[in-house]
Amino acid sequence: MAPVGSRVPRLDGRDKVTGRAIYVDDITVPDMLFGHTVRSKVARARIDSVTLDPAFDWTGITVVTADDITAEGGENVVHLIEDDQPALALDKIDHIDEPIALVACADRERAIEAAAHVQVAVTPLEPLLDMTKSEGVASHIRLEDGDLEAAFARADHIFEGEYRTGAQEQLYIENQGIIALPRTDGGITVKGSLQCPYYVHRALKRLMGLDDSRVAVIQTVTGGGFGGKEEYPSMIAGHAALLARKSGHPVKIIYERDEDLRATTKRHPSIVTHRTGVMSDGTLVCTEINVLFDAGAYITLSPVVLSRGLLHACGPYRYDAVVVDGRAMLTNSVPAGAFRGFGAPQVTFAYERHLDYIAGRLGIDKLEFRYKNTLGLGDRTPTGQVLDHSVAGRQVIDSVVASANYQERRVQSTNLDDPKTGERRRRGVGLSYFFHGAGFTGNGEAYLKGKVALELLAGGRVLVKTASTDIGQGTVTIFPQIAAQTMGIDVHDVEMAPPDTSQVPDSGPTVASRTTMVVGKVVQEAAQEILDKVMDGAPDGADFAQAADTYLESHGPLRVDATFRSPPNIQWDPDTYQGDAYPCFGWACDIVEVEVDLDTAEVFITRFDTAQDAGKIIHPVLAQGQVEGGSLQALGHACMEEVVWRDGGMRNDRLTNYIIPTCLDAPEMHVELIEVPYDYGPFGAKGIGEMPMDGGAPAVIAAIEHALGVPVPNEIPLTPERLLPVLKEVV
Amino acid sequence: MIELTINGEPRAFDVPALKRLLDVLRLDAGLTGAKEGCGEGECGACTVLVDGHAVLSCLTPVCQVAGADVVTIEGLELPDEKLHPLQERFVTLGGAQCGICTPGMVLAAKALLDVNESPTREEIREGLAGCLCRCTGYQKIVDAVAEAAQELLADVR
Repeated sequence: MAPVGSRVPRLDGRDKVTGRAIYVDDITVPDMLFGHTVRSKVARARIDSVTLDPAFDWTGITVVTADDITAEGGENVVHLIEDDQPALALDKIDHIDEPIALVACADRERAIEAAAHVQVAVTPLEPLLDMTKSEGVASHIRLEDGDLEAAFARADHIFEGEYRTGAQEQLYIENQGIIALPRTDGGITVKGSLQCPYYVHRALKRLMGLDDSRVAVIQTVTGGGFGGKEEYPSMIAGHAALLARKSGHPVKIIYERDEDLRATTKRHPSIVTHRTGVMSDGTLVCTEINVLFDAGAYITLSPVVLSRGLLHACGPYRYDAVVVDGRAMLTNSVPAGAFRGFGAPQVTFAYERHLDYIAGRLGIDKLEFRYKNTLGLGDRTPTGQVLDHSVAGRQVIDSVVASANYQERRVQSTNLDDPKTGERRRRGVGLSYFFHGAGFTGNGEAYLKGKVALELLAGGRVLVKTASTDIGQGTVTIFPQIAAQTMGIDVHDVEMAPPDTSQVPDSGPTVASRTTMVVGKVVQEAAQEILDKVMDGAPDGADFAQAADTYLESHGPLRVDATFRSPPNIQWDPDTYQGDAYPCFGWACDIVEVEVDLDTAEVFITRFDTAQDAGKIIHPVLAQGQVEGGSLQALGHACMEEVVWRDGGMRNDRLTNYIIPTCLDAPEMHVELIEVPYDYGPFGAKGIGEMPMDGGAPAVIAAIEHALGVPVPNEIPLTPERLLPVLKEVV
Repeated sequence: MIELTINGEPRAFDVPALKRLLDVLRLDAGLTGAKEGCGEGECGACTVLVDGHAVLSCLTPVCQVAGADVVTIEGLELPDEKLHPLQERFVTLGGAQCGICTPGMVLAAKALLDVNESPTREEIREGLAGCLCRCTGYQKIVDAVAEAAQELLADVR
C-alpha cells in the first residue's frame, strides 16, 4: 500500500494509548528542584523594592531576580520580534501576573510557600485596559487596492457593521512545563512541552549570554499546543534555566492550571468594522475595513497576527477596491499571542456576519450571494495575488451544500416547541465560507529557509532530522509517509530523530499550517536525493535496502541536508503589502445546525458539516482529526468560551468556570476532504492545521439568527447572557 | 501503611492517608500514565479504575482506596504487549492526538463498556463527558469506542 494517502496507524499511537509516552511532568531527575514564579498582583505599577522576608527560613531555597540575569552577562528579554518583554520585571510592572522573581526548592510545597515570602513593594499606577482608548501601537498595517472613493460612488448601497470577538484560551490539556539541566560546560539543556525548539534556543542564548553550542532544547511529548506553546515556552524555559544556573541543580517548572490560565497568552480580542459598497444585484464592489486587536502589555507576535488578520479580512471574495487598516494596541492586559488561526478567526467572523447582514438587507439568498462573489481561478486578491491554481471555493460550497442538504433544511420549520412539556425550542441552520493562507506570509518562507537532514541507515532505513514537532497533529507519522512514498520503502523503515536542537537542523517553527506543506516538501526533496544517490549505479530493479547497504559499504555514511526552495514567481513587497500573500490558500465551507432554548437561552449545536480543501491529503484520519478538533474549538469560541477580565487578567482561571466543549456539547461531525492539489506541496498537499478554526463561529451565529428569525448580537462568545435580551423579540 | 492492588499486583505505601491517589500512582508507584490536567476533577486526565469504576485520582485520597483494586492505563495492555481493543481503536481510528487525555479517556471508556456492552453513540458521549479532549472534537473518540464495543461483543459471542 502506498504510504501517502493511507491510514497507517499513527506511529506514536501505541506509546500514547499505553501510558509509555513520556511528557515533561513524567520526568524526574536526581537532585531536581521545583521552580515557582513570583508574579505581580497589580496591572501596572512602579517596583520600589524586591526583598526577602527575614522571618522566613530561606535554607535550601534559590531565589532569582532580574539583577541575576544581567550580572551573568545576559539580556533581560524574552527574545521574539521586538524584545520589549522582560523575562523578569525590573523596575515596572505592565500587567497582572507579570513575573518578578523566581524561587526553587527540592520540596515543591516549600517553593510555593517561599514565593509568598518574596516581598514586592510597588507604587500602583493607573492601568490602561481598554484597547479603544490606547495610544500605544504595537503594530499598524494598511492594505490598499483600487480607488475606494470612486468605487463607493458607483455602488448602489453602502452597508456598515461592527463585529467583536473575545479572547480565547488555547486550553491544551497539558499545562506549560519545562525542565532545565545545568551543564558542566556552563551551558544549559532544557526539555519540555513546546512547539518551536529553535525559538526557545534563540531566547535562551540571549537571556543567558550563551553561544549556540552551549544551549540545547529538546521537545518532550507535548500535550497540545494550538499556538499556546509557540512563543510562551521561551518565557518558562528561561525561568527554569535561570534557576538551574544559579542553583546548580536541574529545575522543573510545571504550571498549575490556574497559573497557566492567568499567566499565558490568549487569542487577541478584536473589534472589526466593515463599510461595504454593493450593487442591487448583489455584486460586491468595495469595502473599507478597520481591524483593532488588543495586543496586551507586550508586542509578542502581534505584528504577525495582525498581518494575517489583514490579509484574510476581505475573505475569499472579489472586490474592485479595498482599504484594510489594522492596529494592534498595547494595553495593560496579559499579552495576547499565537492561537490556531492567528488573526484569521477574528476577521472571518466579521466578514461572514457582515455578508449575512448585507444579504438580508438586499433580500438575496445568503448562499447565492457568496457563490456570486467568490474568488475563482484566475481572479486576483486585494494584494494583487493572482490565484493561478489550487482554487477550490465553489467545489467546497457545492460539496457540503449538497451533502448536508442545506437548502432544504433552511426552509424547514424552525419551530420545535413541545406543547406537552412546554419546552420552547427553535432550530436553525447557518453557513460560513472562508479560506486560509497556508505557510508563512509573503516572503517568510524564503527568508526562513527551513532545513531538514536525512541520513541513510543500515538495511535501507532512513533517519529524518527536523525541528518540526509533533504536538498531536501527526508530524512523526506524516514525514515518514512522505519520505517512504518518495523512496518506495515502508513507512516503518523511516525513523524520526528526537527534536533536539543539538541534533536536528532548524526547520523553522511548528506554526502557520506549514509543517506538512513546507517542511514536508523539504523532506520529500531530501528523500529524493538519497534515493537518487543510492540507486545511481545500482543494477536495474535492485532492492533499495540492498542498494543502500552497498552504497554505505563503498561510500561511507550518507547524509543529505535540504533547504526550502521558494516556488517560482513568488513576489512579495512588505512595504506596499502587494504581491503573493501566501503560497496558496485552503478553501472551506461550514454548515452548522443549532437548537436554541427560548427560556434558558442555551444554544445546542446539533450537527456540523464541512468540506475543506487542503490539497492532497497525506493521511485522511489525521487530516479529519485536524478539521474536527479545530472546528470544535471554533464552536466553543462561538458560544461557550469566555475569558472574564479583571484588572487585565483572566478572572475565571479554572476549568470549572472557563468552559470548553465536552463530548456532550460536541455535535456529530461530517467532514469531507476536497483534494485540489498544490503544485509545490509534497504530492500536492497544502496546510490544514488552522483553517478549521476560522469558520465555525460565524456559522453558529448565522444558525442562531436563522433559528430565532431576529438579528442577534455580532459579538462572540454569544453566551446565554448576551443572547437573552434578544429572545424577548422572538415570536 | 496503605495496601491496595495496582494492575493486579499487591502494593503497600507508607504515605500520608490524604495523599492524592494521583500522586501515589505517579510519584510513589512510578506509574505516570495518569495525568494531571487541572487538579480539581474537571478535565478527567487523571481517571483510573477503582474496583471497575472510573474515578478521578486527583480528588481521591489514597486512604479511600485502601484494599481496592486499582487499574491504570499501564494495566490495560494484554499479555504479549497486545493492545486492548479500546487502545487499538484509539490508535487506528484517530482517537488519540496529543495523547494527554488518552489514558483517562480509554479507562473511562473501559468502565462504560464493562457495564454497557453495546452503548449507543449518545450513551458513549454521556459516559465520556467527564474527560476533556481539546484535539479531536471527540468524533474519532466516539468512533473508537463504538468499534471497540462491537469487537469486544463479537469476541464474547
